[in-house]
Amino acid sequence: MDSKTLRYIVKRIFFSFVTIWAVITITFFVMHAVPGGPFTREKAISAEAQAALNAKYGLDKPLFEQYTTYLVDALHGNFGPSIKQRGRMVTDVIVDGMKTSARIGIIALVIATVAGVLLGALAALKRNSIPDKIIMVMTTAFVSMPSFIMGSLLLILFCITLGWLPANGASKGGLILPVITLALYPMSYITRLTRSSMLDVLGQDYIRTAKAKGVSERNVILKHALKNSLIPVITYFGPELAYIVTGSLVVEQIFAVPGIGRYFVNSITGRDYTLIMGTTIVLATLIVIMNLVSDILYKVVDPRINLE
Amino acid sequence: MANNPLSMQVDLDPNDFLPASEEEKEYMVQMRPSSTFFRDGCKRLYKNKVAFISMIVIILITVASIVLPMMWPYSYAKQLGNQPGRPVDPSFNNLAPMEYSVSEQERMEAGESVFPHIFGTDSSGRDYFIRVVYGTRISLAVGFFASIIVLVIGMTLGSIAGFAGGRVDMVIMRIVDIIYSLPDMLMVILLASVLRETLGPILEGTVLQTIGSNIIALFVIFALLYWCSMARLIRGQILSLREQEYVLAAETAGAGSGWIIKTHLIPNCISVIIISTALQIPNAIFTESFLSFLGLGVNAPMPSLGSLASEALNGVTSYGYRLVIPAIVISLIVLGLNLFGDGLRDAFDPKLNA
Repeated sequence: MDSKTLRYIVKRIFFSFVTIWAVITITFFVMHAVPGGPFTREKAISAEAQAALNAKYGLDKPLFEQYTTYLVDALHGNFGPSIKQRGRMVTDVIVDGMKTSARIGIIALVIATVAGVLLGALAALKRNSIPDKIIMVMTTAFVSMPSFIMGSLLLILFCITLGWLPANGASKGGLILPVITLALYPMSYITRLTRSSMLDVLGQDYIRTAKAKGVSERNVILKHALKNSLIPVITYFGPELAYIVTGSLVVEQIFAVPGIGRYFVNSITGRDYTLIMGTTIVLATLIVIMNLVSDILYKVVDPRINLE
Repeated sequence: MANNPLSMQVDLDPNDFLPASEEEKEYMVQMRPSSTFFRDGCKRLYKNKVAFISMIVIILITVASIVLPMMWPYSYAKQLGNQPGRPVDPSFNNLAPMEYSVSEQERMEAGESVFPHIFGTDSSGRDYFIRVVYGTRISLAVGFFASIIVLVIGMTLGSIAGFAGGRVDMVIMRIVDIIYSLPDMLMVILLASVLRETLGPILEGTVLQTIGSNIIALFVIFALLYWCSMARLIRGQILSLREQEYVLAAETAGAGSGWIIKTHLIPNCISVIIISTALQIPNAIFTESFLSFLGLGVNAPMPSLGSLASEALNGVTSYGYRLVIPAIVISLIVLGLNLFGDGLRDAFDPKLNA
């Protein structure tokens, strides 16, 4: 790794920290711009009780002091107590939700990537054949379908019409449909990505050279074509994760999965300040880190890419 | 005279050297009508069957969503069972497609003609077909106006950055970088949930109130977050165009900057701008329906395709079609706009034709 690459990576890491800081700051000030506090819904509350609650959660201090305290705490992984769920820390709620969400997300990520690459390679190798056309039509349709539509349609088809799978994510086998819903869009995207980059690579001179040397068809495809056409797929890792995170918000809602996405949506309707902030920060950090990793990988894998 | 076999002499026919006749001239020089860039693009677009069909589908949906509510006997907000001066008639609620309520059946038996409820009614007795049509209108309008906002802001800031250069450029581009790296959907949800509460009191009494604080919040979000890629694109275009030889040539020939902007920069940017705006519309519709689905979308009773789908999810076991209908319409619109945008790009991007 030359010094230029190293400098790029350091710069990129620094910039990711700036982004995470921006997320925390924006979240904090946006949440505090809401008229009324988190307790406005509970009407029968006396002024003293309100003041006591504010004092308990530090809401009576000057805004900037609250901000610095929060920033320091957040860096230590402490997002304070949940305002609506009595006696629970936000961190605990997030860790709890993450267990389910991460399982769904990681399985969806793996399925999407593996299936996408395989289908894309197949489509490129059998270009203009019937399988290729079927794959392209299906992926075009899936890419245009918002995740909540996809999830709802799958719910109607498999849970209600056919009755094969449970509609509740908490029951046995209930995570199959959420995983499929989450995986379909990135899978389609990766399929299209792999197909076009594979077609591009197959037209390159070095493929012809390899064939002319007498390398077997299998090795040409696996070692030369597929390996090189995977480079764009690496860049997609960041957006892919971002998609799965935001997709999980609706998917967990549709299939009643007790994950972090569901907590996030519920905390917004319930105005659970600290939980909203904690969840946003954790999810955003996850996405920023994944973007960073895929960016760095991209530059390391393909030395031809100009760093600036 | 017999030719010497070794001679280089060529047999010439004097007729070959006569001036060409009119007929021959016409044959040799085929004059085609001069074609403009725009006409070329339209021709290419017309030849692209997929894009052309998508365009027709989009136009049909748009026209239907504008015209149908004007002539439909039911309105999107009217609870049909709720007639003034009479007790609420629950037989209007949850009608299946093409079903009639008790009072409507009586009227039909009396010989009156009653307009059918093509998609039935919802749980509050509102005609579902007109709600879908109206929701389509809202979704399309939100997508369109959000894209225009993005275009205006992105174009202004992008061209300022591109022209001014130096420190102004640096500041704008750093802001773009930061906004660009924010996870957009999370920020959108956060802003949507806060803005709908803060905007309500501000808008009270103004014209904007009729649109609803949630839609305004959506526009504000687009104005804040989504101008970045447009600004980046336009800045890049301007920077690269300014370096072109023909711009240098025009400058050498004494052209002023107004002339250069008018004849070189705008015509070369415009196709890129139109294409990315066209591709922004389905994006905005996507975002709107996503937010509506989470309950952060348009204000009730106004429907949008996302909120219709979200409402339908509650009764999905018995009324699955109510979810399927808006789902199909959203998918059609987004797919159509995407394919049309791709077609536009293929037809109008001069760099792809090279």
